[in-house]
Amino acid sequence: MSKHTLSVLVENTPGILARIAALFSRRSFNIDSLAVGVTEHPDISRITIVVNVEDLPLEQVTKQLNKLVNVLKIVELEPGSAIQRELVLVKVRADNATRSQIVEIVQLFRAKTVDVAPEAVTIEATGSSDKLEAMLKMLEPYGIKELVQSGTIAVGRGARSITDRSLRALERSA
Amino acid sequence: MPCAPEFSYLDSASADLGLHCPRMTSDALPSLALRHGGFFVAPMPRHRPGYGAPNAQTVQNERQPSLSEKRQPMTEQATGAPKPQPRARTGGSQQQAAPAARVEYMTGAQSLIRSLEEVGADTVFGIPGGAILPAYDPMMDSSRVRHVLVRHEQGAGHAATGYAQATGKVGVCMATSGPGATNLVTPIADAHMDSVPLVAITGQVASRSIGTDAFQEADICGISMPITKHNFLVTEAADIPRTIAEAFHIASTGRPGPVVVDIAKDALQNRGPFSWPPQQDLPGYRPVTKPHAKQIREAAKLIGEAARPVLYVGGGVLKARATAELKVLAELTGAPVVTTLMGIGGFPDSHPQHLGMPGMHGTVAAVTALQKSDLIVALGARFDDRVTGKLDSFAPHAKVVHADVDPAEIGKNRAADVPIVGDAREVIADLIVAVQSEYEAGRRGDYGDWWKQLNRWRETYPLGYDLPEDGSLSPQQVIERIGRLAPEGTIFAAGVGQHQMWAAHFIEYDEPATWLNSGGLGTMGYAVPAAMGAKVGVPDRTVWAIDGDGCFQMTNQELVTAALNNVPIKVGIINNGALGMVRQWQTLFYNQRYSNTVLSSGSGADGEAAPKGTRVPDFVKLAEAMGCVGIRCEDPAQLDAVIEKANAINDRPVVVDFIVHEDAMVWPMVAAGTSNDEVMAARGVRPDFGDSDD
Repeated sequence: MSKHTLSVLVENTPGILARIAALFSRRSFNIDSLAVGVTEHPDISRITIVVNVEDLPLEQVTKQLNKLVNVLKIVELEPGSAIQRELVLVKVRADNATRSQIVEIVQLFRAKTVDVAPEAVTIEATGSSDKLEAMLKMLEPYGIKELVQSGTIAVGRGARSITDRSLRALERSA
Repeated sequence: MPCAPEFSYLDSASADLGLHCPRMTSDALPSLALRHGGFFVAPMPRHRPGYGAPNAQTVQNERQPSLSEKRQPMTEQATGAPKPQPRARTGGSQQQAAPAARVEYMTGAQSLIRSLEEVGADTVFGIPGGAILPAYDPMMDSSRVRHVLVRHEQGAGHAATGYAQATGKVGVCMATSGPGATNLVTPIADAHMDSVPLVAITGQVASRSIGTDAFQEADICGISMPITKHNFLVTEAADIPRTIAEAFHIASTGRPGPVVVDIAKDALQNRGPFSWPPQQDLPGYRPVTKPHAKQIREAAKLIGEAARPVLYVGGGVLKARATAELKVLAELTGAPVVTTLMGIGGFPDSHPQHLGMPGMHGTVAAVTALQKSDLIVALGARFDDRVTGKLDSFAPHAKVVHADVDPAEIGKNRAADVPIVGDAREVIADLIVAVQSEYEAGRRGDYGDWWKQLNRWRETYPLGYDLPEDGSLSPQQVIERIGRLAPEGTIFAAGVGQHQMWAAHFIEYDEPATWLNSGGLGTMGYAVPAAMGAKVGVPDRTVWAIDGDGCFQMTNQELVTAALNNVPIKVGIINNGALGMVRQWQTLFYNQRYSNTVLSSGSGADGEAAPKGTRVPDFVKLAEAMGCVGIRCEDPAQLDAVIEKANAINDRPVVVDFIVHEDAMVWPMVAAGTSNDEVMAARGVRPDFGDSDD
């Protein structure tokens, strides 16, 4: 099994997320993470899906996704040629003795302290899942009180945009 | 690497620095032409008609043109021919007009009926109810749309399916919200599995009530998501014409399938603009019909090299209307042909190259031909588990050319050496040309030894059956005689079970669209409503439903519909008093413990043997109660006379209750989960394949 990051451009229509989620569920494909948001074009949403599958089932995933009428385009973003980011907000137990150590870890990982209370600090961090995992491992000994994590979002490196062609068709009528 | 983006980047080290790849040009990004480790998915067309030149109409605000305004017809009702008409999105309402497309204002309900008229839907099977009620008022005035009032929504769905399979047009069914819509679930799933073009129109509660658990509310779009090709929820009257046009387009193009259009009651009641043709807006729907030339050449090369090829023909060939092309290809190559349960009629049964049906109950010759072949050319077929048996032992020596209009079918079950995405008709037409040039170049396999083997299997293990020793009717014989005595061009619709397999085996199908059945979903109860739908669609043909006594009891209420609407179908009930196919499995695999498969009354009073067959209900009386002619046949000597009597009645539906022997079994058989190498020609008879020949 290996991880694959799919960028799926979809028409921004009601129920599209349900269609995609239902497809994965029905065909027994596992989703590792999923993030949805609008793009530079209001009629197009972009769904970033991380799936953990072999190559052959992945081909089925993309082909089945392509059959959904509201799906415009699917591109797999290879880790080497794309930027992948997750966001975590983590609340760590802290007191006067440990706070400075925690802040040091935060700086090492170029994270941010976004809230401080007498018994805790809340940290915001973005990065690849490897980096965030490493940071959380460092923070764990202090006591993680609460952790919330976004799905991975990803974009290819370089000047090209995967939305170009899809947009062109839509923009003509805008 | 599947799904690898075709645009390339620098290696990861430099890419981490954020350097842009200098090699990339603006043309490097394909729309979605992805190479999948040896698989080729034909590129999507880059330009869809309509986008280059916005085909917009003027909205003539608030003006009410006369109803006699000449309408611009769309295409004739979509038939699977690729006629994509997508247009620019919210399309230039201020732009230049196509002169004929005037905007009229009317209620959503009127707009719905007008749209159905324009799209060429001449028949709707349905039942009204609260939420769909507004649509039924203008329906009454339509002279171009005939509504057939069924007795249960499931009947409407199967009737629309039978209509679609017999005519090649889109079948239309209509139901109200909630229970009306949920009763359509089975026929929609059935149409989805068998790729039948179907548009199901359902009422929905008023848009402001959606999500409140209102009376007769069911989320049919959510429910039908996995069993439709696509579905729509319409909450604005203005969206109705476009949605209907899109629904028919999606249902009938590419791989056909069912589309649900769920319309909120207020969208039917409110007034909105109507103009035809509407602008379609389907940027994500681009079925590929034209096969890739390189793949065709590869396929032709394999055909030229093969020594033991088989043409494995599925329902896609019928849907693409490619039967004439198929015959040319088959005769050009001289290769044997097998037609799946859904592909029956795609190649004449009487043709000497036809080996019959493959699969669990396929002929020994067809099953074995696939199994021993060195090249399978799959045309519009999907390597269903009923065909392949145990997948990893299926056709172990065969290379595979897999042509299908649905890219997701290719490589789904069996890896393809040459994948071809395209419409079967175009694929076969191109293959003919490519194979001819292979032959001209002197590359042609000699199938002489292959045919010797095939003929030996065919002659040694023909389809057959034994007549019951007690002198009762043989179900196979009944079906065979119905087939023989049927007028030319008769359409047969079967239920699901033993009688379905016998009808596939013992009736000769030489024309497309003469065999209708529920292949993928295996829906008992399909036959009667589907036969009715077929007869409505093709009224000048005889339509026989071959049904079982179990199946018949699921949907026979539609005989009332048939009787009242002058749809004189013929129903042959193969009445063995049992759920025959399940009983057969109990005989073979459950030590003859007949748990809950007995439909007849069981043992008679005082230990006397009960009469054979299901007698409660009395199907003859039931038929008569429903306005049909009821006939019973128990004596083989009367068989032909009864069938001829049924054939002679054309003013009413006829039901013939054939009381048949209960122990007849369907052979050959590949037991579930076993390899096709284990095909049994009859009970305890494994064919001798002369394994030294391999």
